[in-house]
Amino acid sequence: MIEIENLSISFGHGADQVDAVKNVGFSVAPGESYGLVGESGSGKSTILRALAGLNPFWSGHMAIAGQKLTAERPRALRRLVQMVFQDPFGSLHPKHTVDRILSEPLAIHGFDDVETRVRAALERVGLGPAFRFRYPHQLSGGQRQRVAIARALILEPKVVLLDEPTSALDVSIQAEVLNLLTDLRQQLGLTYVLVSHDLGVVAHMCARLSIMRTGEVVEIASADDLSEGRLLHAYSRQLLIASRGYDTQAIAAFGDF
Amino acid sequence: MDKGPILEVEKLNIRFNTPVGVVHAVRDVSFTMGREKLAIVGESGSGKSQTGRAILGLTPGKVTAQKLAFHGQTLLDLTPQQWREIRGKRIAMVMQDPKYSLNPVMTIGDQLLEAARGIKEGAAARQHALGMLAAVRIRDPERVYRAWPHELSGGMGQRAMIAMMLMAEPELLIADEPTSALDVTVRLQVLAILDDLVKTRHMGLIFISHDLNLVRTFCDRVLVMYAGQVLERLTASELEQAKHPYTRGLLVCPPEIDHRRARLPVLQRDPSWMEPVQP
Amino acid sequence: MTDWAIAVTPPRWRRWLLAETPHSRLQARLSRAYLSWVAFARNPLAMLGLVIVAVLIFFALFAPWVATHNPLAGDLGNRLMPPGGTHWLGTDQQGRDIWSRIIYGSRTTLLIIFMVAITAAPVGITIGATAGYLGGKTEAVLMRLTDAFLAFPKLVLALAFAAALGPGIENAVLAIALTSWPPYARIARAETLMVRSTDYVAAARLSGASDVRILFGHIMPMCMPSLIVRVSLDMAGVILIAAGLGFLGLGVAPPQPEWGAMVSEGRNQILEQWWVCTYPGVAIFVVSLGFNLIGDGLRDVLDPREG
Repeated sequence: MIEIENLSISFGHGADQVDAVKNVGFSVAPGESYGLVGESGSGKSTILRALAGLNPFWSGHMAIAGQKLTAERPRALRRLVQMVFQDPFGSLHPKHTVDRILSEPLAIHGFDDVETRVRAALERVGLGPAFRFRYPHQLSGGQRQRVAIARALILEPKVVLLDEPTSALDVSIQAEVLNLLTDLRQQLGLTYVLVSHDLGVVAHMCARLSIMRTGEVVEIASADDLSEGRLLHAYSRQLLIASRGYDTQAIAAFGDF
Repeated sequence: MDKGPILEVEKLNIRFNTPVGVVHAVRDVSFTMGREKLAIVGESGSGKSQTGRAILGLTPGKVTAQKLAFHGQTLLDLTPQQWREIRGKRIAMVMQDPKYSLNPVMTIGDQLLEAARGIKEGAAARQHALGMLAAVRIRDPERVYRAWPHELSGGMGQRAMIAMMLMAEPELLIADEPTSALDVTVRLQVLAILDDLVKTRHMGLIFISHDLNLVRTFCDRVLVMYAGQVLERLTASELEQAKHPYTRGLLVCPPEIDHRRARLPVLQRDPSWMEPVQP
Repeated sequence: MTDWAIAVTPPRWRRWLLAETPHSRLQARLSRAYLSWVAFARNPLAMLGLVIVAVLIFFALFAPWVATHNPLAGDLGNRLMPPGGTHWLGTDQQGRDIWSRIIYGSRTTLLIIFMVAITAAPVGITIGATAGYLGGKTEAVLMRLTDAFLAFPKLVLALAFAAALGPGIENAVLAIALTSWPPYARIARAETLMVRSTDYVAAARLSGASDVRILFGHIMPMCMPSLIVRVSLDMAGVILIAAGLGFLGLGVAPPQPEWGAMVSEGRNQILEQWWVCTYPGVAIFVVSLGFNLIGDGLRDVLDPREG
């Protein structure tokens, strides 16, 4: 469903050039959920934005559903790839009602039956019709993220890119949203790419994952590799130890990467 | 050094006036702490941050309490002069994001000296500041001393922030989600620094967090807050034996690497948790 | 914040407006407007400003009933009468009633303010938001044009336009509007630069929205609050420029009453017959103050970075 080879992304020119992503490659099968893990500055979100078509400054090969991606993206291909952002407070327009947020993409793509589709979308993410005419500031963080998921799904995409979808949420809400994402993938046959700094979330959601550091993939592993501690690179192992909680001795042994 | 409690809080209440009525954000919170690491855990809106701020008189809400005492001295109705004697000197606070709590137009060194004003001056203050930067495990204190906040990474900035808070050698440090803006490995390193400081300087630490699993391995005692009340008090090592369904729910709902489940357990919120807790 | 502790039960119409679950777009909008109003009404100075402007509008609408005399008819036998019985605020050098002229003059003032607001603000926001969103060459051209206009003192530029176009209320409006839009363009551009990189604009691009749709549907609504505040604060300046043009004989053609021109006409008698230029001056001051107070109040309510 997704193929990425030799992907490089840099910002700025000349001496100021920053190579955010260097020669990254991975592929995701239809219906699979793939994880990108790393700390800040690892380039994981940059890859996701390039895949979404929000950043045209990349080189290499990317293809979605067999179609090669270029800097210009036709509207029909746009529809197939949607994204859920990290910050539920920043990803919904503060002056638009839920109704407008959900119906605008339908109007752009000329869908009929807007009314039914908006109702169905709210139903699907576990929000009743009561939420339809609320503004984002009248919703909790979890409810906002559900609206963002409904917006991503309303165009019936094949691929959903998830950029830290639960890192701004409370743990109990995180569990609800992750369960929702799991169910939706099964029901709708979606393909996910999930970006997160949280190994636990990635291990829960994804069967395979890339561990990234400063723009490079240091290791490609499976969720079983994670839970059984079969990691090859020292950095990945340190990340795994760090996500198990506070331990004075382990921390003293941390290296600088 | 006196052995009594550092902080005594009895029936603390915080109320906010909003256009739609009065919101009772913190309800009858009581606790006593000594030189230990006390965690206040809860989700957003639980009142944990307001509780921490109320101790320093920094909440915008209306605070009432039967007792709010620091070493026996009441913290209710202090004059601005009395607050200046306490804030930053005897009780310090570390906030979530160093980006917003460091002054962008002052070098780290100047900010450290500012924090020690009235306690240490001149060359002695500078030595003290460099010592503090070293104490928070900054490898090149001289460079960081001269640096501007924007030149530091998030983890470095948070260490500088902690160093600043410790300049006056406070007896109580309130840390409000001090590590949630940091990467996991840096987060643990910063916690290790706090841990050390509590042990070597005999401070009390109030650690406000949403992360029960982190707190379990880091703190001594845990207060679990929900809807403005303390629902349960536990020793961190006995967290597994928590009785309240809310605490139990929080413990099991994060995804675990070693123990993968098809679906995550979801917290069933019981309206009775809102009702006043009987002490 | 949690909603479990809300204690008061408001009347039914307030409950409808404060409903957590609006049932239509209309209710959602009204509810939002009502909450802004509640916040605005808490500010006594802003309310004072609102009362001043409301009184101005009332006078302008009902001028024939509020005025006591014909504002244009002079009575040379009653020249320069001091304030008193029949002429509350006295008469001018042609024997015209000053109170009535101030009342009719409010129509001119209000008309100028309204015309300037509906021409300068849309021009400014469109230029600024377009420049900020598209960037590159478009931005360079539009913003240098804005800078060129900003480089002249407002009054001097307005004078030049008014002199070139000739006196008259339409030309005064045009001259003031031509000099008022550049600050709005700057504000709109600054807001746009912030909004452009937000996730909700990224989400709109992902949904396939065109640049025009994003500009008008997503970015401009976010520029509106600071623009509305700025326009209402600028109204005082517009009144003063209009008065300045009138004072210099480039505003409204005489004998139509206009506050600035009235001050100008009375300046020769300022020591002996002080009321001739003082009362129109007071009117200019009070109305300017009113708009400033409203602007300040709106700034508190319409913080563009609200949730």
